[in-house]
Amino acid sequence: MLGTRSIKTTAKEFAIDLAIRMVDLTTLEGQDTPGKVRALSAKAMRPDPADPSCPQVAAVCVYPDMVSVAKETLGTSGVHVASVATAFPSGRAAMDIKLADTRDAVEAGADEIDMVIDRGAFLSGRYLEVYDEIVAVREACARPDGTAAHLKVIFETGELQTYDNVRRASWLAMLAGADFIKTSTGKVQPAATMPVTLVMLEAVRDFREATGQMVGVKPAGGIRTSKDAIKYLVMVNEVAGPDWLDPEWFRFGASTLLNDLLMQRTKMKTGRYSGPDYFTLD
Amino acid sequence: MTEKNVSTGSSAEETGTHAIDPRAAFEYAPAPESRAVVDIRSSYGLFINGEFTDPADGRSFKTVSPASEEVLAEIAEASAEDVDRAVKAARRAYTKVWSTMPGRERAKYLFRIARIIQERSRELAVLESLDNGKPIRESRDVDVPLVAAWFFYYAGWADKLEYAGLGPNPQPLGVAAQVIPWNFPLMMLAWKIAPALAAGNTVVLKPAETTPLTALLFAEICRQADLPEGVVNIVTGAGETGRALVAHDDVDKVAFTGSTDVGRQIAKAVAGSDKRVTLELGGKAANIVFDDAPVDQAVEGIVNGIFFNQGHVCCAGSRLLVQESVAEEVLHSLKRRMATLRVGDPLDKNTDIGAINSREQLEKIRELSDVGDEEGASRWSPACELPATGYWFPPTIFTGVTQAHRIAREEIFGPVLSVLTFRTPAEAVEKANNTPFGLSAGVWTDKGSRILWMADKLRAGVVWANTFNRFDPASPFGGYKESGYGREGGRHGLEAYVR
Repeated sequence: MLGTRSIKTTAKEFAIDLAIRMVDLTTLEGQDTPGKVRALSAKAMRPDPADPSCPQVAAVCVYPDMVSVAKETLGTSGVHVASVATAFPSGRAAMDIKLADTRDAVEAGADEIDMVIDRGAFLSGRYLEVYDEIVAVREACARPDGTAAHLKVIFETGELQTYDNVRRASWLAMLAGADFIKTSTGKVQPAATMPVTLVMLEAVRDFREATGQMVGVKPAGGIRTSKDAIKYLVMVNEVAGPDWLDPEWFRFGASTLLNDLLMQRTKMKTGRYSGPDYFTLD
Repeated sequence: MTEKNVSTGSSAEETGTHAIDPRAAFEYAPAPESRAVVDIRSSYGLFINGEFTDPADGRSFKTVSPASEEVLAEIAEASAEDVDRAVKAARRAYTKVWSTMPGRERAKYLFRIARIIQERSRELAVLESLDNGKPIRESRDVDVPLVAAWFFYYAGWADKLEYAGLGPNPQPLGVAAQVIPWNFPLMMLAWKIAPALAAGNTVVLKPAETTPLTALLFAEICRQADLPEGVVNIVTGAGETGRALVAHDDVDKVAFTGSTDVGRQIAKAVAGSDKRVTLELGGKAANIVFDDAPVDQAVEGIVNGIFFNQGHVCCAGSRLLVQESVAEEVLHSLKRRMATLRVGDPLDKNTDIGAINSREQLEKIRELSDVGDEEGASRWSPACELPATGYWFPPTIFTGVTQAHRIAREEIFGPVLSVLTFRTPAEAVEKANNTPFGLSAGVWTDKGSRILWMADKLRAGVVWANTFNRFDPASPFGGYKESGYGREGGRHGLEAYVR
């Protein structure tokens, strides 16, 4: 139903720029190299080299060993470095290793940590274990200077499967102190879907009503077009509320989405569609 | 959960560079469906024997768009003489063509009509929204697709009547007089005409006086489909026309959907004759929410139950029965959800709630709501701006309602919900059944066994579990008690049109 709200002209310009600012530009491949990460970071800072008014994305999201490269390239641009951790994407490793993985990423300069929950423990009903693990990872996010990396908790909703599970996992993560709850790793299908994101938005809305604290939401994987992104933003607006219409509280985990947003943005500015060749492929 | 004072400070200020208030920047733009797809004539005659003809005494009435009060067209008003002509045409078509045509041939016409409805769906949806006031999203996504589905479904039965479990050799009844309401003009037409034609009957149909246009467009579709003349006749007019039609001596079957009062008059008018009758009348359905129901999902169901089609739904979930232990939480969520409903131009695809169908109906809704105030229930509506012209009523809930309140007993037929509470499943059943009506009910719970237990005990023709207002041509629909008799839809729907 919310897919049918119409977003046009100034609201559309606002939505597209907002969506660009919400993108966690992601590369999580076995074939990632420093070169690839540098290129991606450059794109994050200047998504549209032809138009300096184009905003930066929120963050680049990489594996822990690429954090230092990304950090170096991004410098003081304001674009955050997000690192996956805790034996991403499966989460199947001993606790010590997960924590070491996290600390390693934080030490290398990650501003944000995207951890995965232990779906095995969750699905066999060992919720306390999942909770304790999130608390422990959260502690591992602390830096010596007293600050801490932002913690995003990935549920891998494609493996949790039911909406009841998604809702339960949302509360578990929020109570354990997550700054963000995130749908998927992008490695399991289905990744982010509108209904799953809706359930999570309802959860953060209710959590704020119960505790006064805001938690962010990040759908990741499968959102490829501006049209989809705008549908998500309408849903954020009507379900969680306009306070969440901010990169601080809502992100898109995506890679191909950005170019479609840029293409729409150029179309709105110039009145013409340009081909994909006009946008960089990093 | 109680209402808490939560911080609403936008974090945009903290992030600095892009401090745009999302509330102002993220306005939805109007997206009206174009009226250009429909070609409304300035006046319409009566559709009798395959032709549009002038009424005998030349009388007419106007049909207006309830959203703007603009006059859409001048409509012929059928007198008893015109009705007689229509019934004669239907009788002739019945005897000469339709009753003797093999079922598989009748099916071809029905399939053809169904396909034309799909092809002209946009036109039908826009016209329905214009004449009725319902949001285009509903006419486009619910009404018109169901209309096509109904014709497809009954087209499939036309050559299989022997296998419908209605006897070895079911025969049509003859001429069916059908009188339909204004809330789902085209859908009610489909519910009436599709099974009648499939079974081999011919029809004279009278659409409601406030919403005749889509029926007249359907008449054009019958011509486009080369339906033999006289098989479908459409006579427009108000109560007088309807009375003349159901009282006509040569009618074999009367089918009516509308208010219980008119239903009673019809039952009296046909008493003592051998006319078969089916009546689908009013309702005051209970939508029952148990404490284990998923709240947000239930709230969607409550909203759909009472605000779908501005609450102009005979099976609307107009009484919310919510378990006391979750009442506060459910109401809180319901109010929050209602605040996002958009009331306005029916042709705008952003619109959730359209216009009230007529001034008369608006007065009735206002009157009963005022009674609610007087009887001590508390009224709540979200802040919503209503258009200056046209007939509008905001989505409204009454809390603190008991079984003794008139708003808990009488059908309001508008976007007004009465909220009652219960403590145990037995009490829920008792309250739900404590009404002269019995058309539908809704149950919201996570527990399957409770759904079955409730469905068994609820005296209602349809019980929806964890959903509401869901229709399918294969599923029979009809009432208990004063909600009428007979079933429409499914195999059962054929029974009303064969002997």
